Amino acid sequence: MLAGCGALARFTVRPAAATPEMMAEAVRRFVGEAPVRRGRVKIDVPPIVENGNTVPCVVAVDSPMTETDFVKAIHVFNEKNPLPHVISVKLGPRAGRAGFSTRIRLADSQTVTAIAELSDGTFWSGDVDVIVTLAACIEETTH
Amino acid sequence: MTDGGDGSLPRHAATAAAGLGLVVVLLAGAWTAVLAVEIPLNQRKSGSEFISPDTRAMQDDDTENPGMLSVLDGEALWKEKAGVTQKSCADCHGEAAVSMKAVAARYPAFMPALGRPVDLEQRINLSRVADQKSAALPFESKDLLALTAYIARQSRGMPIAVEENAQSKPFIEAGREIFERRQGQLDLSCAQCHDDNWGKRLAGGLVPQAHPTGYPIYRLEWQELGSLQRRLRGCMSAVRATPYEYGAPELVNLEFYLMWRARGMTMETPAVRP
Amino acid sequence: MARALINVPATAKKGEVIEIKTMIAHVMETGYRIGVTGKPIPRDIIDRFVCTYNGEEIFSAELFPAISANPFISFFTVATESGTLSFAWTDQHGQTQVQTAQIVVE
Repeated sequence: MLAGCGALARFTVRPAAATPEMMAEAVRRFVGEAPVRRGRVKIDVPPIVENGNTVPCVVAVDSPMTETDFVKAIHVFNEKNPLPHVISVKLGPRAGRAGFSTRIRLADSQTVTAIAELSDGTFWSGDVDVIVTLAACIEETTH
Repeated sequence: MTDGGDGSLPRHAATAAAGLGLVVVLLAGAWTAVLAVEIPLNQRKSGSEFISPDTRAMQDDDTENPGMLSVLDGEALWKEKAGVTQKSCADCHGEAAVSMKAVAARYPAFMPALGRPVDLEQRINLSRVADQKSAALPFESKDLLALTAYIARQSRGMPIAVEENAQSKPFIEAGREIFERRQGQLDLSCAQCHDDNWGKRLAGGLVPQAHPTGYPIYRLEWQELGSLQRRLRGCMSAVRATPYEYGAPELVNLEFYLMWRARGMTMETPAVRP
Repeated sequence: MARALINVPATAKKGEVIEIKTMIAHVMETGYRIGVTGKPIPRDIIDRFVCTYNGEEIFSAELFPAISANPFISFFTVATESGTLSFAWTDQHGQTQVQTAQIVVE
């Protein structure tokens, strides 16, 4: 019985508000009323993830990255974590290539979206659907 | 796996359900075999072959392997003066790449002075206390993990070669007995999963053969480096058995058996595992 | 000082696009995990990462709890001149850790 309580204590509680609507609101805060076009942004996450704690995430944007035509920023959002925002990066013409990679946490199977802001003020997006499997053996909080 | 609406199926229930499912399968197949059958030596595979390509890529690149952060910490600790002697490991052992080459590959090892085997963590502490005259590092502490990872890293690429002789054999056999014994509320033995059902799926992951080729490992589930004993304790909790305490002779015996079972396989420390 | 692992090519040709890999030891505690006491473990994350190249900012990132522990970030820059790449990680308490790497550009 005590072991069961310990296992319950290990479970992460998610606030009720984590929703696609929250994500849409977070996106609006960056994008304003500007339209977001699908394209030019590729977000790569393994389609089936072994562990939601550490998910490789590679974002690449099709851009010449010249002084006059470059990616200013890339924002990554999710729809089911407690917070919709994952990371925002600022780039410039000195980047040479528009992209970055990192490792993210995904609380559940969901869609992850990357939005790029270009120097001409336009916004482009790409997304990926990810299946997050649970680890087979969950250990107690006190290991 | 059924979803609780917002995806919040309690993980312990999922594990228990998966475990019960496996028990049902195993009970149904109980007529086929009672004794676990050892994996033939040439069919043994490292855990690296049961992980996704992305996790494998993380392991294989030292510039991307999170376990390397601990190895670097260990390298710094190796050179740090400590204890009454104010000597560092390096002061006596010199370059770890030379003096510690292939050492981790032969632990656990029988210590005649103690009349029992010790694992690498315990061996480090024995030296700290007796030779360096500094305090033993607590099991699973950041520093002990770092030193263990640094030393074990010096065995990477080398074959596991724990010594089986008249003195060590009883302890290896004691470890085998634990490996083959059903335990916990789920009444499962290590052998039932890792000898008899490796390669099959359990709750979204593949069951590996359980060879400790890469310890201490960076486990994605832990988001940090951890020892073989931590992993064994986690597995015991998962079958709802009371885990042995860190440093318990039963755990050392089990480690010894597992390393003997993996004899000849290549060390991969620091491995990355889900 | 948290352990950091930085990978910058030691040398590069002028105009070449190089990849820079960084990783730093940090728990990135989300603030949502329940501890043994039954209460959430407080949030503790690195929330800002900045890279400068001979003093000029070439990359920056705002991090959220969804970034994994021991944050790994890799990005690109054009090798323009020899000098110092400086990496600064700042946590939510405002503490900053800086590390540098040298590059020779021919």
